[in-house]
Amino acid sequence: MQNHLFNYLLRLGDTSLILSHRLAEWCGHGPILEEDIAMTNISLDLIGQARALLTYAGEVEGKGRTEDDLAYQRGERDYYNLLIVEQSNGDFAKTMMRQFLVSAYQHCLYDALRNSKDKTLAAIAEKSIKEVAYHLRHSSEWIKRLATGTEESGMRTRNALADLWLYTGDMFDADDTDNEMLKAGIGADQRKLQKAWEKIVGEVFEASSLDMPKDVFMVNGSRRAQHTEHLGHLLSEMQILQRTIPGAAW
Amino acid sequence: MKSITIDKEKITDKIRNIPDPEIPVITIEDLGILREVVFTGDGVEVKITPTYTGCPAMKAIENEIVETMKEEGLQATVSLVYSPAWTTDWLSVEARKKLLEYGIAPPAEGEAANRLVIPKKNIACPHCGSASTTLVSQFGSTACKALYKCNTCLEPFDYFKCH
Repeated sequence: MQNHLFNYLLRLGDTSLILSHRLAEWCGHGPILEEDIAMTNISLDLIGQARALLTYAGEVEGKGRTEDDLAYQRGERDYYNLLIVEQSNGDFAKTMMRQFLVSAYQHCLYDALRNSKDKTLAAIAEKSIKEVAYHLRHSSEWIKRLATGTEESGMRTRNALADLWLYTGDMFDADDTDNEMLKAGIGADQRKLQKAWEKIVGEVFEASSLDMPKDVFMVNGSRRAQHTEHLGHLLSEMQILQRTIPGAAW
Repeated sequence: MKSITIDKEKITDKIRNIPDPEIPVITIEDLGILREVVFTGDGVEVKITPTYTGCPAMKAIENEIVETMKEEGLQATVSLVYSPAWTTDWLSVEARKKLLEYGIAPPAEGEAANRLVIPKKNIACPHCGSASTTLVSQFGSTACKALYKCNTCLEPFDYFKCH
């Protein structure tokens, strides 16, 4: 059971950490100053969540691994983030579409986890949902504006949706760990999660005159640490300092 | 074996009055960050709760607590508690007043639950008091603040977001 909890926490922590890293790549490159600040602020919130989750994961594992050990000393075949968060930033529309789809997922997830029988996880969820509410609001508003703005912004938004939708199935897969966590009253019900997520996405898409894609072949595998071509490159950048000078500290 | 008599009230007072590193007019007690002070043997355990999970000031506050206690000859350990989750509803009337005087618009009362909705009441400008203000960005200079501008006196100002 401890092993399942450890895996479950890694999935949540890794997802926040990798998305945080992607958003940090926008620092200094935002289309306007306010969005540069918005994206890096969201990145900061997410790294805070990752720290809380990975620190707890290390404690659950019981082998003395700290949040830093877990973040910087694992390779891509030991990372369990959702596939959608490792996708490249692309243009602003793609970044906002990714943010919207993921923030909607995290909002539903943390809403469910606030009632987790694991008190620490419930507390982290209770804390994180407040921040994610702002991420969701921000990205939803952008989807509406970009989708119904100009011909160009509309085209970029629809392209973004086409690029990312095939990774959304991965969010709602359920393996042994998900099932054991659900049975123990600790984890979220993946099916209920999907329904809640579809409701939010449906509402925003309706307001944006966007169609929910249908019959799309879903790419999955995050739970088996089977990643897309992006994660290896991302981690080599993220981990370069700690790999070059192991044990480096302030 | 050294035996020191700890003046618990004096020590607790010192901890309560540690200022927030970003907004030095407010203490960690005003902000609701300080949760508990526990005296253990010849040391003290201070429990704090983070405002935002990624707030970088938490480390500075932790260091400040340890340093302040060192000056009193005490060993301090700081632990983070996540539950109950910090909320702006915990800000005292005094804290809100201090924020306003400092030039930061305090969070709208009772709206902590309405994060998904734009606040109902207009946020008043801390410089001139005008209610004619515009939200520039939901994400400001720090994780806890949003950026507004006043349409009357034309000054920008920070708003402490409901959380």
